[in-house]
Amino acid sequence: MRRWELVRFAFGAIVAHPMRSALTSLGVVIGVAAVVMMTSIGVGASQRISGAISGLGTNLIIVTPAFQRPGVVSQGAGSGLSLKDADAAAIGRLDGVAAVAPVVRGQAQMSADGANWSTGIQGVTPQYLTARDLNIASGRMFDDRDARQGRKVLVIGPTVARQLWGEADPIGRRVRVGKVPFEVIGMLESKGGSGFGQDQDDVALAPLGAVRSRVLGRRIRADAVQTIFVKAAQADDLDRVQEDVTDLIREQHHIKAGEEDDFQTQNMASILAASQAAVATFTVLLAAVAAVSLVVGGVGIMNIMLVAVTERTREIGLRMAVGARRGDILIQFALEAVVLSLAGGVLGLTLGALGAIGIAKLGQWPSAVPPWSGPLALGFSTIVGLIFGAYPSWRAARLDPIEALRRE
Amino acid sequence: MIEIADLQKVYVMGEEQVGALAGADLAIGRGEYVAVIGPSGSGKSTLMNILGGLDRPSGGTYRFEGEDVGGFSDDELAAFRRRRIGFVFQSFQLLPRLSALQNVELPMVYGGVPGAERRARARELLERVGLGARAGHRPTQLSGGQQQRVAIARALANRPDLLLADEPTGALDSHTSEEILSLFGELNAAGLTLVIVTHDPDVAAQAHRRVAFRDGLIVSDDHGKAAA
Repeated sequence: MRRWELVRFAFGAIVAHPMRSALTSLGVVIGVAAVVMMTSIGVGASQRISGAISGLGTNLIIVTPAFQRPGVVSQGAGSGLSLKDADAAAIGRLDGVAAVAPVVRGQAQMSADGANWSTGIQGVTPQYLTARDLNIASGRMFDDRDARQGRKVLVIGPTVARQLWGEADPIGRRVRVGKVPFEVIGMLESKGGSGFGQDQDDVALAPLGAVRSRVLGRRIRADAVQTIFVKAAQADDLDRVQEDVTDLIREQHHIKAGEEDDFQTQNMASILAASQAAVATFTVLLAAVAAVSLVVGGVGIMNIMLVAVTERTREIGLRMAVGARRGDILIQFALEAVVLSLAGGVLGLTLGALGAIGIAKLGQWPSAVPPWSGPLALGFSTIVGLIFGAYPSWRAARLDPIEALRRE
Repeated sequence: MIEIADLQKVYVMGEEQVGALAGADLAIGRGEYVAVIGPSGSGKSTLMNILGGLDRPSGGTYRFEGEDVGGFSDDELAAFRRRRIGFVFQSFQLLPRLSALQNVELPMVYGGVPGAERRARARELLERVGLGARAGHRPTQLSGGQQQRVAIARALANRPDLLLADEPTGALDSHTSEEILSLFGELNAAGLTLVIVTHDPDVAAQAHRRVAFRDGLIVSDDHGKAAA
């Protein structure tokens, strides 16, 4: 019951100087708001990047040619492209591989029925859908027979369909890719606009051979591949499959022990982990910078509490004379500091959360105020109040009542 | 009730030691009305601080109802002041933020008296000092005499055994001083033990016993009412 009275005393003193109390809390308000905003933005960015990377397909290993180094003797046209159809075919025979998708890419102007749209066209095999977790919304995917027969068929993303034909059904329509006529036989399901600001629906797929010969032409060798996507059957197996793929391609390319690879492999899990670690580091860094302002707020509280102890020396002496123990005085002043700090924490949490949601709206970020930011902010502001209130409270409790009563 | 023997108090000021009490012996019984007189620096205020448990003696003994107050810890002294002592100061020492009623409640808050009971008793005490109608006023809205009466009500809050007053009329005009002194007279008549520190002979004359200090020693102890 006495404890509760001490809380009342603390509130009374704070309310007695509303302007001063508000300004004192302001430092903590800013500090907590900054910490909440920074962690929210960090968590939001992390979720967005995770979403973008998982959107590329899970259990995925990406094989690309190694970067061309200066000083290496030129090997002729398309020399940067060390990967070949045969590499993809060999990978497909490995254990634990669910799908292999060799890819070539080109940028092409598409025109149909008076409309134009420039998009990336990808030469792929039918397994590409499995490897990249894509689905057909309408029509069908081309199959191996279409590829063998060299048919010029297209499977397009919803964005391409909308740009060329609006809401009309694109299936069966003819479209010129550059100068070459293609037939649309299927449309992909939408993957949404996530992923580093790219529209994943703005895409067109055609058989590998058709793209190489009809779209890219002389810019690429007849069996060259730019990227091979390898989907592992199981996530646990990703590292082993990656090693097997590396060994296999070294063998295929006759690379001797000690020589450098002319290709590289990356797996999505490690890319995801690396980018999340980077974002986490960045978040911690931002939060640490924000926490500095929280410390500055704490120093402000300590300053005002020291002033209050000086101003209220006689009050402290009187309280002691009427029977307050040193502990009562200590708790009263410590509570005052904690209430100031905690009030700042509550307001800062509110402002920080609103700010984070606002920034998320502006940046089309997933607005993520993590649920733990509430207890974190309130816990931190309480601790700040306790730490920076400790010294002034101790000074108050240590006063000699006779001296204190005599003070003018 | 009070027994002090060879009471000494030495203050250390820098290198020097200043003796405030040089071996005082005094016994005060329950229900007495004592004035402690003497010039400034004679040790009378030091005596009051020790009697009230605000300070500890450097030597000698102080027994209150047989208990050795000189050996109390800080918390024991706080409890002693809370339960046994009521203080009245020259400068009233009311908390300016609180109303008269809240000021009177303050010792009872530290005494753990529940809110409703506390307010009822504070109101009753304000009635008794003639300020029932001013319970909601702040100290700044009261005259000096009224403030001192609030302070006396506060000193009585926890039903003390001993009321200690340090120059209680020092800041008041002669008319208000008389009112305060007659209030003290009533309280003593009702059985309260009173010790008043003063250098005002008129105030001392109201007491039933005058103890005179000089240079930290008791130089006279005059029982019986002073000649008018």
